[in-house]
Amino acid sequence: MKQAVCLYLHVHQPFRIKHYTIFDSGVDHNYFNEHPGGADNERIIKKVAYKSYLPANKALQHLLDTNPEFKFSISITGVLIEQLEMWAPEVLQSFKDLVASGRVEILAETYHHSLVFFYSKTEFEAQVTMHRQKIQDVFGLTPQVFRNTELSYNNDLASWADQAGYKGIITEGWEPILGWRSPNFMYKPAHTNNIRLMLKNYRLSDDVAFRFSDRNWSEWPLTAEKFVHWMGAAMDNAQTFNLFMDYETFGEHQWEETGIFEFLKAFPDFWMKSRQDRTFMTLSEAINSYEAQDSIDIPQTLTWADTERDLSAWLGNSMQQQALQALYSLHKSVIDSGDWQLIEDWRKLQTSDHFYYMCTKWFNDGDIHAYFSPYTSPYEAFINFMNAWHDLKYRLAQKGYEV
Amino acid sequence: MKILMLGWELPPHHTGGMGVVCLQLCKALASQSADIEFVLPYSADFPTINFMKVTPAMPTSVEEVLRQSGGTYDSQYFSYLDARGNTRGVNMAEHQDNYVKYVSQLALLGEYDVIHAHDWLTFRAGLAAKHISGKPLIVHIHSTEFDRSGGNSGNPLVREIEYLGLHLADKIIAVSQATKDIIVREYDIDPSRISVVHNAIEFNENELYETGSSYKYIEYMKTQGYKVILSAGRLTVQKGLTNLLHAAKEVVERNPKTLFLVVGSGEQYQELIRLAADLGISQNVIMVGYINGTGKQWRDAFRCADLFVMPSISEPFGLTPIEAITFGAPVLISKQTGVSEVLKNCFKVDFWDIHEMANQMCAAITYPNLKEEIYRNAQAELKKIAWNKSIDKIMDIYNKQLQRVAV
Repeated sequence: MKQAVCLYLHVHQPFRIKHYTIFDSGVDHNYFNEHPGGADNERIIKKVAYKSYLPANKALQHLLDTNPEFKFSISITGVLIEQLEMWAPEVLQSFKDLVASGRVEILAETYHHSLVFFYSKTEFEAQVTMHRQKIQDVFGLTPQVFRNTELSYNNDLASWADQAGYKGIITEGWEPILGWRSPNFMYKPAHTNNIRLMLKNYRLSDDVAFRFSDRNWSEWPLTAEKFVHWMGAAMDNAQTFNLFMDYETFGEHQWEETGIFEFLKAFPDFWMKSRQDRTFMTLSEAINSYEAQDSIDIPQTLTWADTERDLSAWLGNSMQQQALQALYSLHKSVIDSGDWQLIEDWRKLQTSDHFYYMCTKWFNDGDIHAYFSPYTSPYEAFINFMNAWHDLKYRLAQKGYEV
Repeated sequence: MKILMLGWELPPHHTGGMGVVCLQLCKALASQSADIEFVLPYSADFPTINFMKVTPAMPTSVEEVLRQSGGTYDSQYFSYLDARGNTRGVNMAEHQDNYVKYVSQLALLGEYDVIHAHDWLTFRAGLAAKHISGKPLIVHIHSTEFDRSGGNSGNPLVREIEYLGLHLADKIIAVSQATKDIIVREYDIDPSRISVVHNAIEFNENELYETGSSYKYIEYMKTQGYKVILSAGRLTVQKGLTNLLHAAKEVVERNPKTLFLVVGSGEQYQELIRLAADLGISQNVIMVGYINGTGKQWRDAFRCADLFVMPSISEPFGLTPIEAITFGAPVLISKQTGVSEVLKNCFKVDFWDIHEMANQMCAAITYPNLKEEIYRNAQAELKKIAWNKSIDKIMDIYNKQLQRVAV
């Protein structure tokens, strides 16, 4: 059996909440655009498109064109697709072109990149269905493998995905949970029937995603040759090397000047030539190809974030907990209202990024939080969010709902 | 009579109550034929000031004075927002030195009868002017370092300047009896050298009859049965807001339809947001942020409130309760405020008595009759709090000083 690299890239941008004060509550119901027609989010989308999506897609397209065995998987959120449709249709087209090759798989997830699984099953299913519909409409594919927001995962989620008919699910390959087991094999989640579990090889993934441009890193500069060499050393009998990372690794987290695109372009050739039996696979293909080696029991919630690998980046402090609690306390009346715009705004507020911006773990992991936040402090993020939440409440009250 | 008036800020380019008091005080004095030259540490346009001469001590163009740190005058840096919107930090000591130099120059060249200096930032300049010109110095205490540090000793350098100013001045004016007591107790001053002159406040007629609220959401929630409790001021330890939030939790437990509107910025901003979250009342506590005290949003805050609260640990005077009553809100103040010496028709509580604070807030929002009665009587009382009486006292102090010099 061949040994495969399973490259999986996550593509997402939230609808960031604009500067929104209490004077806007009850007056301005548009939380996400600075001016009619957009400014802030539009600017960010265009910047990321220019720095990352377009050059990365170009490089990936080239690899698909020149290397018949090159394959990969992506996940792309509904809220990003909406923004691309509005502000960067050429980027969406370039994703469609990639998918048209037949060698790019798209994963299932929540449309709004939310943590709703931990709050409401029915709303969770609604958002997953919305996402499936959107992917079918835009790309003509039906996702087979599930990824939850931030790779958050536990036994319950695996059981749900199993019953929902997904053939696979992914999460972080975190050693304290794996124990002696390696992430480079296929697994079966505990208490499930048919579904398979694939685990991120976080060391190799983070070498690219986080450490690539770090000049203090003893392995800097990282070349494709060196990277492939490590994969040989890692394990001769490995089934898959699961390289899971944010799409924005290419060009945004690691700037073009760091040589990240050259690395991306060079890597597949080195990989294929390093041994006879090496190839690339989409996640579905890997699941069809390999037998599960063991069953893995993960009762607690695991994510791919921070050194804790839990949900603490999103609900670790009381502000985050209050904000989430406030938002989901409106669940019933929002849905009952039947007002599509209101429901959609409520869902856009569920995007996990809003809560990530409120994270106060400033030091160590914190710096990465600060880099991604459009606000000067987690407190400002919280105030902004709550003011928008108050407006949502106002709209519900106007419709006659008890608030 | 020519007055050399030394102050640190004037509205609309100001951050706190002292600027408002200085402006209104000078206006009232000018109407009593005092000829005032007001020296500021920055230059700015004051289109509404035609009753006195405003002189910038430095050619620092300032669009708006910002108190970013919120630490009033004890912060090492003042920040200014210039006309182009850039924020600039200014080193406090250097800034003061320049101010002293300029004022000394004025005192040397100009003819003044009295030097009147407001709070510690201007004391060194006041002392220098007194030294050069031999004219009497009156220091006016709006707040002490003891107040600003919430009843602790505060910054020793500031204390020293205050100590010098108080001991070397010819006369001291305190804005309340409480402040006078602090000066006697904390700064070892003979009480006979201190006169208490309470602040007052006047409003523009047109401000009184504004319509339409800036707080659409709040107004709407009131129609849904919500009650609104407002606090407004710098978010510093002096203002006692952590106690207010603890009391707010007790209120929300009894009446979940209560909104706490917290207006202001300052060094406790983050701490208070966090505390509200920890107490589980984030949905009820709305952090409004900084609002300019001369704008309609500021007045509308009082208009939409069912109760205004000033739970200060230490407040030499405190003008905002008077603004609150003027614009429509009954008030709850701590007994540790100077204004409680002149305002009788209000709720009063010791700043540390959280349970009683919650009790009174609940009563105010639960019994409309109580609220109406206290508000109506406060409005009547307000008519008695006017500048006339205070100005008479100050003019009297000026005249006595002049006679003393003449002798």
